[in-house]
Amino acid sequence: MATAASAASSLQYAPHGVGAASTKKPRSVVPAATARGRRGSVRARGGMAARAAANAEAEAESKSGGHEVLLFEALREGLMEEMKEDPTVCVFGEDVGHYGGSYKVTKGLAEMFGDLRVLDTPIAENSFTGMGVGAAMKGLRPVVEGMNMGFLLLAYNQISNNCGMLHYTSGGQYKIPIVIRGPGGVGRQLGAEHSQRLESYFQSIPGLQMVACSTPYNAKGLMKAAIRSENPVVLFEHVLLYNLKEKIPDEEYICCLEEAEMVRPGEHVTILTYSRMRYHVMQAAKTLVNKGYDPEVIDIRSLKPFDLHTIGNSIKKTHRVLIVEECMRTGGIGASLRSAIIDNFWDYLDAPIMCLSSQDVPTPYAATLEDATVVQPAQIVAAVEQICQ
Amino acid sequence: MAAAVLLRRIPAARAPAAAALIGARSISDSTAPLTIETSVPFTSHIVDPPSRDVTTTPAELLTFFRDMSVMRRMEIAADSLYKAKLIRGFCHLYDGQEAVAVGMEAAITRKDSIITAYRDHCTYLARGGDLVSAFAELMGRQAGCSRGKGGSMHFYKKDANFYGGHGIVGAQVPLGCGLAFAQKYRKEETATFALYGDGAANQGQLFEALNISALWKLPAILVCENNHYGMGTAEWRAAKSPAYYKRGDYVPGLKVDGMDVLAVKQACKFAKEHAIANGPIVLEMDTYRYHGHSMSDPGSTYRTRDEISGVRQERDPIERVRKLILGHDLATPAELKDMEKEIRKEVDDAIAKAKESSMPDTSELFTNVYVKGFGVESFGADRKELRATLP
Repeated sequence: MATAASAASSLQYAPHGVGAASTKKPRSVVPAATARGRRGSVRARGGMAARAAANAEAEAESKSGGHEVLLFEALREGLMEEMKEDPTVCVFGEDVGHYGGSYKVTKGLAEMFGDLRVLDTPIAENSFTGMGVGAAMKGLRPVVEGMNMGFLLLAYNQISNNCGMLHYTSGGQYKIPIVIRGPGGVGRQLGAEHSQRLESYFQSIPGLQMVACSTPYNAKGLMKAAIRSENPVVLFEHVLLYNLKEKIPDEEYICCLEEAEMVRPGEHVTILTYSRMRYHVMQAAKTLVNKGYDPEVIDIRSLKPFDLHTIGNSIKKTHRVLIVEECMRTGGIGASLRSAIIDNFWDYLDAPIMCLSSQDVPTPYAATLEDATVVQPAQIVAAVEQICQ
Repeated sequence: MAAAVLLRRIPAARAPAAAALIGARSISDSTAPLTIETSVPFTSHIVDPPSRDVTTTPAELLTFFRDMSVMRRMEIAADSLYKAKLIRGFCHLYDGQEAVAVGMEAAITRKDSIITAYRDHCTYLARGGDLVSAFAELMGRQAGCSRGKGGSMHFYKKDANFYGGHGIVGAQVPLGCGLAFAQKYRKEETATFALYGDGAANQGQLFEALNISALWKLPAILVCENNHYGMGTAEWRAAKSPAYYKRGDYVPGLKVDGMDVLAVKQACKFAKEHAIANGPIVLEMDTYRYHGHSMSDPGSTYRTRDEISGVRQERDPIERVRKLILGHDLATPAELKDMEKEIRKEVDDAIAKAKESSMPDTSELFTNVYVKGFGVESFGADRKELRATLP
């Protein structure tokens, strides 16, 4: 702990501007051996970190051993548990029923719960999303699946005006406890129209809540929390994360929708990320640790609203922020997050907030170009080095 | 339109009562059945239409007269309030179409659901809404049915299963099919009436929702309030096939004289039974609005004043019921006039009361955005004020 404190104090303020020349000040190298890992749990940062660490411990050594699942199976478990407990939970989507779901999230559910609860819809996103909202107004808890998040653009009116706003325009009479979920993000050469990141578009809709899952643990927890929430929640999954494997607890748990997840406590820089980019960041973190840096990695999870409490506490400690996101630079989550941080934590910043986002281009098909569209670990390492000068 | 053909069939046993009625000179509240023929027979699409003979009662006819007069008065008063700048923004008036709201209500219960578009003031009243909260909402006051936060296009009444009140053309129809889905899911044996206009009939989401409703056999009744103009565009200029009741293709449809409250009642009763047993059905209400599309539209640039006054003379829904009442001696002209005066006063009183209500408190800006807020209260991503109360 003492070494960490002295490391923090020896960091110097770096001149502004990307690429500006800066003099490197001496910095005490923290050997990788004193990795943060378990130490994070001892830090007195309030209940959040302790709970996050407790969750992390639970993941590894749950009371009854836990079981290994792939992310899509974790989503299914969460959905199935909620459907068992609450008869008003139903699923609408294309190929969710008999086919079992194009990403197998709903596999077996139609056999278990019947055709009236797991409904195969025609390819009509606008209307079946609207029907989901109508059913929610009348007291059901629909889970609407967009086969690919991008297809939900066809239902944008329903999501924005009806889903997001009805609670307000009816003076609080109607609540819309709907969950809208589906895979988005840049996959493996799926092409521009199937690589969309809708979090940028939906973030302005008042009344909507948005979360992004990234591990089997938080996928199941967020799915359950989203279903139980009285607000409409958009759950962003990622095409490339469905086969992640992790051991999750056997006993029931949910994740808090509005909380960010402390992935790796650190001292030098706060890296805020979500969804798939979390893995690029953690990959970069390995390199960074070898180079003597101590990044604090937070998976923000809650895209709307931001967990400014966790984020703020982190900034107050590290004074440097790097945002790594997959959505495009213009009007993305990073843009909003940056503003929120500047508004709330300006006095704590020692360096300009850096934001690494995807390029403002339609996602190309060619593999090399596609790789260049999204943020890669090498860029993250370079950014941290720059920010920590 | 030809005047209604009155077919009076009073059972012999009740004749003395009828005589007493004429002698007593008081408005009839009799519930003796009365059978009246609709103005025109129903036209149908792939279904046998219901009979032209509608059973009603004197009391019901008088209720129709009263309810439609209240609605008419309310809309005319809203017109004045708008011109006095007490109502702002969009204000879509329903006068001329009252028979649809009133006839539908007579055929169903409050357990059935109704959802409509932005011409919703009178539907709100029909579902049990009161004048004061209607006017207050129009004026953006706290006492409004949506606490002043919805406005003219967002009237709702949850306890009466009235789902609003929607500004985007056609978007309410998938919502309505969702309501029908929930009714079927819960085995409620009730139906949903999803209303839309002739303009909205060309929206793709209607066909999508109708397809799904037919596939899943939902108790959804799609009601096209065809007032022949979609904003400023006449139906023949917007629709290749203005036979909206046939648009369902594989879904049965019924065309109804929407200015005849009894025909509307009969059709809705028929439709409800059909929908619960067999799945969706389309109703086309042939109706007319006297005002323009909204208060910003004079309503005379795309139609002639002669057309408007012609309809008012020949097909006005309130006049039709007045003639029925007078023709059956259920009340005298003077009594009806008194009722109208009383209604006028009721509406004026409601406006006065609504004006007394204050504007919503500034804190109301942030209420009802989410249900019960969150654990961490943060009003939007860029608010300076952050209160963190972690669970």
